Amino acid sequence: MQVEINVNGKARKAEVEDRTLLVYFLRDTLQLTGTHVGCDTSSCGACTVHLDGGAVKSCTLLAAQADGCSVTTIEGLAIQDTPTTMQLHPLQEGFKECHGLQCGYCTPGMIMTAADLLKRNPTPSEEEIRFALEGNICRCTGYHNIVKSIQWAATHTTKPEPNQQEEPIDADKHLFTNDVTTGEVVETH
Amino acid sequence: MITYPFDYKRASSIAEAVSMLAGGGKALSGGHSLIPSMKLRLNMPDTLVDVGRIPELKGISMDGDELVIGGGSTHAEIADSQLVKEKLSLFAEGAAHIGDPAVRNRGTIGGSLAHADPSADWPALVLAANATIVVTGSNGERSIPATDFFTGLFSTALHEDELITQVRVPVSAGSKSTYQKFAQPASRYALVGCAIVKQADGQVSVAFSGVSDTPFRDTDVEGNLNSGQEPGPVGRGQSIMSDNFASEKYRVHLASVYLQRALEAVA
Repeated sequence: MQVEINVNGKARKAEVEDRTLLVYFLRDTLQLTGTHVGCDTSSCGACTVHLDGGAVKSCTLLAAQADGCSVTTIEGLAIQDTPTTMQLHPLQEGFKECHGLQCGYCTPGMIMTAADLLKRNPTPSEEEIRFALEGNICRCTGYHNIVKSIQWAATHTTKPEPNQQEEPIDADKHLFTNDVTTGEVVETH
Repeated sequence: MITYPFDYKRASSIAEAVSMLAGGGKALSGGHSLIPSMKLRLNMPDTLVDVGRIPELKGISMDGDELVIGGGSTHAEIADSQLVKEKLSLFAEGAAHIGDPAVRNRGTIGGSLAHADPSADWPALVLAANATIVVTGSNGERSIPATDFFTGLFSTALHEDELITQVRVPVSAGSKSTYQKFAQPASRYALVGCAIVKQADGQVSVAFSGVSDTPFRDTDVEGNLNSGQEPGPVGRGQSIMSDNFASEKYRVHLASVYLQRALEAVA
């Protein structure tokens, strides 16, 4: 079936198998490989993205279910502040500042879950942060620094807010599809 | 990934969903029970009917003395609902125990009940609260008391073409309730979940998830407690589960510990 999903502010259109999971649409069709597949059983949270503004596990969602919706991935959090430079999201800065990652595999999911938390609760307690992370597993035993990173982000509000990626945009201006012969994502006006 | 192909259809109304289901296939709501089971091929429907965008399945409201929860309400919507917190705190408390925040954002009460995982949280909650499950199928609408709904492991009184449209729960003033759960650390499913509702006159209803292969009201324990005695053994006459996470003996022991905690919480 054909799906059209607004990913990180751009309308992406592709022909997918009905059984395609959202995470594979993001990784394989759109080449947005920042979203990881960990357990594939909705336990580990490595595949967490935002669907219409709320955190979801993209390994347990069909691309078809996200048809017509807006998705934000880790690639969509940073802000293009000038044509050539990007401004990291406060959470990305926080993970950098507080050594919130070791191998980095769980990090995109941790950050997307934390971004959902901070949107609903801008000043969470340590307990609230740990409770919000119950569906995200780190196997480098790095939870302490992950919590610190999120606390860092919560207290550094001077950083610019991320773009409101969930806002619908005019699909005709940025229409992407995957080329039927090469499989590459191309912009089609 | 899902290792076999199937067809995806999307219904925009209850009537359309029922007519699609009559042609074969399985209803897909949030998909947080069904999709994992399809990955394992425990479920292999050849058609999925997406009911996740049907507006009639959404919403939480009061109808007389009953709280009416649309079958498509997510766990997060129920946990965060001010109306549920005020009228039926058991459901808000219980919904907040399900999975994790991302799972609660997608999974729905109707989907969870239809899937009838014996370790899911909703079964104990609807049983203890004396809820009624309203379903619609080709032969029209019918109401199934929660106590008649769960018929076995992953089995319910639902017919193939029926869709859970509402969960209706009687709300009584002065009652106390609690849900005490020991969660499996990775999956967050209940190794034991004990829900208790204690009416203003002291009568209790006690239900368990995760203990037996069919969620159940423990009528022996209720009878003992309601006649002023000690609760006695939990799960008598039930088919107690045993797996690599918890043996039968350990589960029954946990169940009695969590029953005690629940009784203390409503004391």
